[in-house]
Amino acid sequence: MNAVRKQRLILVLLLLAGVGLAVALMLFALRENINHYFSPAQMAAGEAPVAQRMRGGGLVVPGSVERDSESLKVSFRITDGAGEVTVHYEGILPDLFVEGSGVVALGTLGSDGVFAATEVLAKHDENYMPPEVQKAIDEAHPKPGYARPAAQTTVQRELRSLQDGS
Amino acid sequence: MVAEAGLLALIIALCLSLLLSIFPLVGSYTGNLRLMNQARSLSWGLFAFVGFSFLCLVWAFITDDFSVDYVARHSNSLLPVPYKVSATWGGHEGSLLMWVLILVGWMAMVAFRSDRLPPELSARVLSVMGMVTVGFLLFTLLTSNPFNRILPFPPEDGADLNPLLQDFGLIVHPPMLYMGYVGFAVAFAFAIAALLGGQLDTAWARWARPWTTVAWVFLTLGISLGSWWAYYELGWGGWWFWDPVENASLMPWLVGTALMHSLAVTEKRGLFKSWTLLLAIFTFSLSLLGTFLVRSGVLTSVHAFANDPERGVFILFYLMIVVGASLTLFALRAPEVRSRISFSMASRETLLLVNNILLTASAATVLLGTLFPLLLESLDMGMISVGPPYFNLVFVPMAMLLAFALGFGVLLNWKSGSVKWLISQTRWILLVSILGGLGFSLFYGDVFAKHFLISEVLAMALVLWIVLTMGRDILNKTRNARAKTGMVDALKRLKPAYYGMHLAHLGLAVTIVGVAISSGYSSQRDLRMTPGDMVTLGEYQFRFDGVSMRPGPNYTSDYGSVTVYENGRQIAVLHPEKRVYTAQQMPMTEASIDPGLTRDIYVALGEPLGDDGSWALRLHIKPFVRWIWLGSLFMALGGVVAISDRRYRMKVRQKVNALRPFGDEGVASA
Repeated sequence: MNAVRKQRLILVLLLLAGVGLAVALMLFALRENINHYFSPAQMAAGEAPVAQRMRGGGLVVPGSVERDSESLKVSFRITDGAGEVTVHYEGILPDLFVEGSGVVALGTLGSDGVFAATEVLAKHDENYMPPEVQKAIDEAHPKPGYARPAAQTTVQRELRSLQDGS
Repeated sequence: MVAEAGLLALIIALCLSLLLSIFPLVGSYTGNLRLMNQARSLSWGLFAFVGFSFLCLVWAFITDDFSVDYVARHSNSLLPVPYKVSATWGGHEGSLLMWVLILVGWMAMVAFRSDRLPPELSARVLSVMGMVTVGFLLFTLLTSNPFNRILPFPPEDGADLNPLLQDFGLIVHPPMLYMGYVGFAVAFAFAIAALLGGQLDTAWARWARPWTTVAWVFLTLGISLGSWWAYYELGWGGWWFWDPVENASLMPWLVGTALMHSLAVTEKRGLFKSWTLLLAIFTFSLSLLGTFLVRSGVLTSVHAFANDPERGVFILFYLMIVVGASLTLFALRAPEVRSRISFSMASRETLLLVNNILLTASAATVLLGTLFPLLLESLDMGMISVGPPYFNLVFVPMAMLLAFALGFGVLLNWKSGSVKWLISQTRWILLVSILGGLGFSLFYGDVFAKHFLISEVLAMALVLWIVLTMGRDILNKTRNARAKTGMVDALKRLKPAYYGMHLAHLGLAVTIVGVAISSGYSSQRDLRMTPGDMVTLGEYQFRFDGVSMRPGPNYTSDYGSVTVYENGRQIAVLHPEKRVYTAQQMPMTEASIDPGLTRDIYVALGEPLGDDGSWALRLHIKPFVRWIWLGSLFMALGGVVAISDRRYRMKVRQKVNALRPFGDEGVASA
């Protein structure tokens, strides 16, 4: 093997090693750190895996927020119109956490059906609806305006007012 | 009327950019010097008209012309004047206009300096930039016209600027970032012009290098300003969230950094030519991809202003045309610029290759993490999110490898070197670095076992490694001169490009110090406090003194007071705020920070709890966090020093016929 070829071979090997390392790291990291989204309905129906890190999101049910008087513990319920799930969280809620508006929570679902959140996100803009939440609500109400049960209209009205930004 | 004048100016600019993208290019092929020279005046005209249009929009903001839709949505009569001006780029349409303004600003600069370039090259470079401008002007006019009126019933007052954006950081962050993003269009245009001409020599690299470096300097500053802003404005005390929008700016930075290093090889050794061109294309494409991600509404974040699918489709098509056309051109013409020069394994070229591989690979991992959720969602395979742990896990090891390779790369000479020499140079440095890293973790934490963090040990060892190899290199480079004239004179004889390189690398070391210590040794507590409560965090005590109401110009604020003591001695009184902005009724956390070189004390108000005046408070001690941004200042300064090197001005004037042999820069081998 002449010098030029040898050099080129080494370069190619270097390149492959770099790419290989990167791919291996990426696959490992991706497998460990993907958070799937589950809607409140899926969680309530037991379709979501227990004790696995995931994202959940929905509209905060008005009147459901309860604070502990001694600590920063707080619990509230979130809904997508088709199901509800209780969320427990300890910490400071974001600025735009408002009853009736959309939030996304990161955490695990316990066997008791309570979602223990380690992080609660509400976005920077009051007109913002987390896309997952929007989708879950859309799926729970495939035909808005048609044969609406009374329980769902509140959610939809709130949703509409959110979208209008009023 | 002012708004209409602005719109008219934009339309004229579009016509000029169409002329610019055709005639000079034709001239460069037919050898028509008059057509080629049109490029310069067209660029200046373009800059004048877009600049005028931008000023019209600023005027509409200052005069509260709420009949202009864009002004009505992003301003308010109560907004302080500096924010009225910065609100011009606080929304989608205006920031796009600013993007175009900066693009034509870069063009005017290239045109201004183009007497130093061969006429064909400058005509082609400006023409290519003209084509980029056509796309963006069309985008502005067709989908995002900032001058649209709401007639006949304009609102009485505006909806106000998003409170998060009412801040000094926002006044400077977007212009800086755009200067960087768009600046890579110059490198891109140079690359396309080289491909069109089929010619790429040392002189070309010497022309393209300063432009790339300047763009990189701006992007570096822009990103770190954004990070600083997020740190003090979002109220979470974090400085990087691996948010898709942050990633969108990081990717062009990573590839742009690779481009800068690859250009060095192309200039000094005439190597990596086609790779350099490819990197130039990728860097600009990633800038465009960033724009697409941010502007299309695919992502939702503070940066995603208006979500309009039409805009997304437009940018996506634009991106496809730019990337498709330039890669096709690359495939056709790249074989013509290939080089056949050999270098030994232990040489600076090899290490710069390693640098390029690591930088592009890390950009690829960031790209994957950013696009993977979008891909799965568009294929309807479920909704996922890729969290910060993924990015930390893949990005940090690669960054560490990069820092390790840096030490070798700095020491090695161009073309040839021996592994044996390298080992003799570095073995003590390596040992000292590892011991230093271990020693740091021993002495910095109170308890060894509790504070032993392997990544912090490695990071601090790498910091020492970078600094010590740098010192060794300076000693090597001054050895001969030092013996004759003494140290001071020897240091004076080193070139600015050389100092620029070391300064930027030192900046990397400083940033690593900040990242490592602040992520490893920060302490944080979220807790409930009643007025009069004391709490201890590390060696600091915090006393909560309650919250009072205070009015601001366009908000009302819950104004908190927290007194901080260090070992019983009062060192600061902090005033975190919770503001509610009047126009949008939007709450905003305003953190209060006692800054310091070795630690920041960071206090933010959460929410009121109960009737006894107690609040949720967030307390942070962040050691060395400021070094993160300090390091980026060093990097940017290094870039500025490097391009102040006289060779970018003088020798360019000597034209190509005076092409000198490679590596004649003596010690200045940056």
